[in-house]
Amino acid sequence: MTENIGSTHPRIWVFIEQEAGQPHSVSWELLGAAGRLAGDLAGSEVEGVLLGRQVAGIAPEAFRYGAKRVYLIDDPVLEVYRNLPYGIGVSKLVKKYRPDIFLIGATTLGRDLASAIATRVQTGLTADCTELAIDPKQKILAATRPTFGGNLMATILCRQQRPQMATVRPRVLPMPEPLPQTEGELIREALGMSESEIPVRRVGFIPGKERLNIEYADVIVAGGWGVGRPAGFELLAELASALGGVVGATRPVVDAGWVDYEHQIGQTGKTVRPRLYIAAGISGAVQHRMGMSDASFILAINSDPQAPIFQIADLGIVGDLYQVIPELIKQVKGIDHAR
Amino acid sequence: MRAIVAIKQVPDTTNVRINPETGTLIREGVPAIINPYDIHAVEMAVRLKERFGGQVTVITMGPAKAAEALIECIEQGADRAILISDRKFAAADTLATSYVLARAIEALQAEAPVDLFLFGKQAIDGDTAQVGPGVATRLNVPLISYAVAIESFDPETRTAVIHRKIERGIEVLETRLPALLTVEKEIAPVKRAPLPNLIKAARYQPELWTAETPVPFDPNQIGLKGSPTIVGKAFTPSPRGAGEVVSAADKGLQETVAYALAKLSQVGIIELLHSAGDIP
Repeated sequence: MTENIGSTHPRIWVFIEQEAGQPHSVSWELLGAAGRLAGDLAGSEVEGVLLGRQVAGIAPEAFRYGAKRVYLIDDPVLEVYRNLPYGIGVSKLVKKYRPDIFLIGATTLGRDLASAIATRVQTGLTADCTELAIDPKQKILAATRPTFGGNLMATILCRQQRPQMATVRPRVLPMPEPLPQTEGELIREALGMSESEIPVRRVGFIPGKERLNIEYADVIVAGGWGVGRPAGFELLAELASALGGVVGATRPVVDAGWVDYEHQIGQTGKTVRPRLYIAAGISGAVQHRMGMSDASFILAINSDPQAPIFQIADLGIVGDLYQVIPELIKQVKGIDHAR
Repeated sequence: MRAIVAIKQVPDTTNVRINPETGTLIREGVPAIINPYDIHAVEMAVRLKERFGGQVTVITMGPAKAAEALIECIEQGADRAILISDRKFAAADTLATSYVLARAIEALQAEAPVDLFLFGKQAIDGDTAQVGPGVATRLNVPLISYAVAIESFDPETRTAVIHRKIERGIEVLETRLPALLTVEKEIAPVKRAPLPNLIKAARYQPELWTAETPVPFDPNQIGLKGSPTIVGKAFTPSPRGAGEVVSAADKGLQETVAYALAKLSQVGIIELLHSAGDIP
């Protein structure tokens, strides 16, 4: 596949993830990143790949976020995501159109799919990138990702095989502003598979209790081991509610069963980029910092003045969270009443 | 019921430290452990064996030292362990790794049919979650990643019903067997290894497979040569700059909190509150 290198119009592809006809915002974040990459890769064009059943309505949205073209496979077999038909469908498009770069969201769906595609087309895939750039000399994708539990960053290159694939978690990249109305080209392709060829069927679905959209929350009040006891999270919830935000947690308190996994922020949890992140009783291990260091403002509360969290906080309060947080709640509610 | 579990020995990343002067990993003294998700995969396979009879084979690709992790799997109830180890496999990325494991599995399948392939959902050193799905694709068997429970398993009709955890809830999937599952920890809590297993494991020597024998791996698809990705550079993450730190004891509690809120207001965050209900 090396003949694709140096072609006049390198294609930068973004997988437009959708579920039940709802596009996942990570797709738009990736289109934003693809647009920036295109600026550094002469002549390149940003294109989207969309699979599903009756999902053509999503294409115009992809155009507004910068896709010039959308390749669509619309087929009843693709109604719910399954690895095999999606993997075969996308791989078919890759083999036909030979994109140079292919970005996919690092969701459960995206990770499952990206590995299958990379294996089918025998190319390199870099998971969970935190930064994407074009190497100025080699004009190839430089995909940077954390490794060894976030202790080390590695920039991965895929020199020969194409496409150069990468996944990025939701909220790692900023959400671009959509253009007003924009035209684009919709190219339909056939899947060419029947239901009988697929060895997996979805026979049921158990919805999670309440969908916590922590990745997209504007305010997060997060607690760590320093909270000391499960009941302490009720206090954090009260502050979160006063601030119109949600509760986050570090891995140790989730592992201890104090808080549900859905609240976990960090390398093995969610990545967030809220306007305000309050870190209460969080020491600031690198694994946690990886999930929240893109917050606009970090307020840390910790009784240990040596806690590493203070090295990244915009404002740190050295003090007992059981004193500081009730006072915060009181004063925040006071601001409300004063309005 | 025959199951193959693929495992990895990893450095305990919670203990990895960076040399602040050189910016490199300090590997010395970092314990090597069995990847935490993988031991749950072994446990699941052993439970199925207890119910249906059969054999559990554990394989790993890694250095000679990885035999320790295999022995741990024998303690946990696995019957057979294979260490795929050769300098020629070094510097393999996920594509080259999935090639080796898939070829090894094909060789084992030629001995007798297999019902289930189990992998941990990801390894904590690389965190890619790519090898299991890659092997499933190569073997052309159904992939069910992020499996949290096996609701039913029938080696006779060769079907199973698996629960898969996704963002919005749990998918219930019926699959043909053999299938490949990558598992979360909740698939099976790990039990304490029984004494007879410990005795067996103490004497057990894993089989050693090299790049040439018993499976002649394609030299172009293994190690560095078989890996499309390379590490361009590695560096320590740059810390976000520290801001101001105030002490509630020195400044007074009320004053400290008032100061914090004033600062939040200054950067426009207090204004945002309560209009924050709409999440995109």
